Amino acid sequence: MHLKYESQLREPLVYGKKTYHDVTEEIIRPIEAKPGKLWYVGFYIAVALLLFGVYSVYRDVTYGIGQWNLNKTVGWGWDITNFVWWVGIGHAGTLISAILLLFRQGWRTGVNRAAEAMTIFAVMCAGQFPIFHMGRVWLAFFIMPYPNTRGPVWVNFNSPLLWDVFAISTYFTVSVLFWYSGLIPDMATVRDRAKTKLRKYLYGIAAFGWTGSTKHWQRIESLSLVLAGLATPLVLSVHTIVSMDFATSVIPGWHTTIFPPYFVAGAVFSGFAMTQSLLLVVRKVYHLEDYITMGHIEAMNKIIVLTGSIVGVAYLTELFMGWYSQSKYEGYTFWYSRANLFSPYGWSYWGMMTCNVMVPQIFWLRKARRNLFITFFVSVLVNIGMWFERFVIIVTSIYRDYLPSSWSVYYSPSIWEIGFYLGTFGLFFTCFFLFSKYAPVIAVHEIKYVLKTSGESYKSNMGSIEKEPVEEFAHEYAH
Amino acid sequence: MAKKKFVVGCFDNEEILFPAVKKVRTAGYKIRDVYTPFPVHGLDHALGLRETSLHTAGFIYGITGTATALGGISWILTYDWPLNIGGKPHFALPAWIPITFELTVLFAAVGMVYTFCYLCQLAPFVKKHHFHPRATDDLFVMVIECTDKTNVDDLKGFLTNNGAIETDVQVAEEGWWWGRYDKDDEKTLEKEIVAA
Repeated sequence: MHLKYESQLREPLVYGKKTYHDVTEEIIRPIEAKPGKLWYVGFYIAVALLLFGVYSVYRDVTYGIGQWNLNKTVGWGWDITNFVWWVGIGHAGTLISAILLLFRQGWRTGVNRAAEAMTIFAVMCAGQFPIFHMGRVWLAFFIMPYPNTRGPVWVNFNSPLLWDVFAISTYFTVSVLFWYSGLIPDMATVRDRAKTKLRKYLYGIAAFGWTGSTKHWQRIESLSLVLAGLATPLVLSVHTIVSMDFATSVIPGWHTTIFPPYFVAGAVFSGFAMTQSLLLVVRKVYHLEDYITMGHIEAMNKIIVLTGSIVGVAYLTELFMGWYSQSKYEGYTFWYSRANLFSPYGWSYWGMMTCNVMVPQIFWLRKARRNLFITFFVSVLVNIGMWFERFVIIVTSIYRDYLPSSWSVYYSPSIWEIGFYLGTFGLFFTCFFLFSKYAPVIAVHEIKYVLKTSGESYKSNMGSIEKEPVEEFAHEYAH
Repeated sequence: MAKKKFVVGCFDNEEILFPAVKKVRTAGYKIRDVYTPFPVHGLDHALGLRETSLHTAGFIYGITGTATALGGISWILTYDWPLNIGGKPHFALPAWIPITFELTVLFAAVGMVYTFCYLCQLAPFVKKHHFHPRATDDLFVMVIECTDKTNVDDLKGFLTNNGAIETDVQVAEEGWWWGRYDKDDEKTLEKEIVAA
C-alpha cells in the first residue's frame, strides 16, 4: 500500500537509501558532537561584532544620535536603511513555511527550519534600529497604547509608523510561535536520544513533554495549517506597511503607489538570497547535501530570478513615472539624483541596478541555477544590492529638499553608525551559530513525512509501478 | 494517580501499522494511543478520532482581535481623547485597517498556540510516560489499554502476528505530571514484565 504516489520524474527531495533512523542520525548528529574549529572561529567573530555594536549603541544612548552623521535633510540614514534591509531579509522564512505550505510545495521541508530561524533573528536585528533611532530609548514604551497619566494622550493610530510597531511585533510573535511549535517534536527526538543528564534535562524542558501521540499530531498539523493561513497575509502586510512609512508621505521618490508590491517582492528577493547564502554554508559544514539538494537550491534560485525581475520592473516603472508625471520634483529625484551616474549618489543607484536586476538574470540558465559557486556569489551580491536599494530610496530622496540652501553636507555615516550595523550582524550570526549548534537545522519530522513519497530509494521502487498499464495502476492505487 | 496496565506493540513501518490498527480495533481491544515519529495521515481516522476543532478556536480568537482593535481604537480616537490630525475625521476607519488586521492575526495565533498547548498538555517541565524511546525516532508505538479480562499473552501474540517487531507490557500512570526527563534512571515508574 502506498499512502501517496509521486511521479518518478520529479527530482527526489531526499537523496540516498535512508531509513527513518538514518534521517534522525544524520540531522541530529551535528548538534550532539562537539562543534568544529570553524564554528568557534565564526562564533567568536560574531560575538566580537556584537560587542562592538553594543559599544556603538552605548555611545548612541549616552551622547545621543547626533554622533551619527545624520544632518539637516538626511534625518533617516543608515539606521532606517538597515531596518528595512533586515526586515526584508526576515521575509523568506515565513514565506517558505507559510505560503509554500499552503501551496503544498514539498521542497520547503528541507529548508524551512533554518529559514524560519533566520527570519526571527533578522527581525530581532531590524527592531533595534527604529528603537535606538528614537534617541531617548528609555521612553520607547511611549509607542505602546496604554492608559497613561499624560492626559491620557494616546498614540496616533492613523500613522504608518504606529502600524509598523504593530506589524513588526505581530510578525515577530507569530514567527516565533510558528517556528517553535514546529520545533517541539524535534526537540523531543533530541531529548530521547540524549546521553547525558544535562542534555536530557534541558531538551526535556524544550520539548514540552511531547510524546508523538496521534491526537497531538492531528492538532499540530491543524495548528500549523491555520498559522500558515494567517502568516501568509501577515508576511505580505508587514512589508506593505513598511513601504507605507514612505509611500504615505509627500516626499518625491517616496510618494508612489507602487511601493507595497515592490517592497514585498524585494523583501522576498533579499530573504531568499540570505537563505541561500546561509544554507550553502550549513549544508557543507553539516554534510546535509542529501537533504538540502540541488533541487532545493534551484527552486530558490528560480524565486530569486522571478522576484529580482519584479523588482526590476518596479525600478523601470518608477523612472517612467518620473518622466510621465511631468512633476519636476519627481523628475529631479528619479532622473538626476538616482539615474544619473555622475550625481552625488548615482553610484548607489547603479550598484543597486547591477546587483538586483542584471546579475540575477544569469539564473535563466539551468546550469547557473545548479552551480554552487555562482549561486553563492549571486546571493551575496543580491543582498548588497538590496541594501543599496533601501539606501537609494531613503537618501537620494531626502539629501536635496525643496530648499536649495539646505543642500548642505554630503551624508556619509560615522563609525558609530556603521558599528551599530556591524553589531546587528554580530547579533544575527551569534544567534544563528547558537541555533545551528543546539537545534536541528532541518525539520526532522517533516523530512520523515516526505521520505516515503519523495525519497530517492522509494522513488526508484516506483519504476516498476509506472510501467504497469494505467487501468491496472489506477485500480490498485486509487483510493 | 491511578495506574493502568498497557500492552505495547512497536511497528517499524506505517504500511503494516494501518492493517494492524484495523484488526486490533475489530478484535475489540481499546487502543489508548499510537505514538509516531511524524504525522501519519489517516491514522487519526483509522483510530476513530474525531476531527480537531482547533481552527474554530482560532477563528473565535481572531474575531476577538478584530473587535478589540476596532473597539479600542474607535473609543480612543473618537471618545476618550479625540485628536485633530490634519483636520481629518476622528472616525477614520480606512486608516485603522492595518492595525485591525495585525491584532486579528496576533490574537488568533497566540490564542491557538496556547489552546494547542493546553489541549495537548504541553508545557516546559511537563513529563509524560514514554512507552518507547524510539517513538520519536523511527518506531510506531501502539499502546493498548488492558482490562481485567484482557489476556496479555494472547494480545501480545496477536500483535506479533500482525507485524509488531517488539511487544511489551507496561504499567503506567495516566496523564502527566511535573517532572524531569533526566531523572529517568531513578525509575519513577516500575516497569514490569508479566511472565507466563
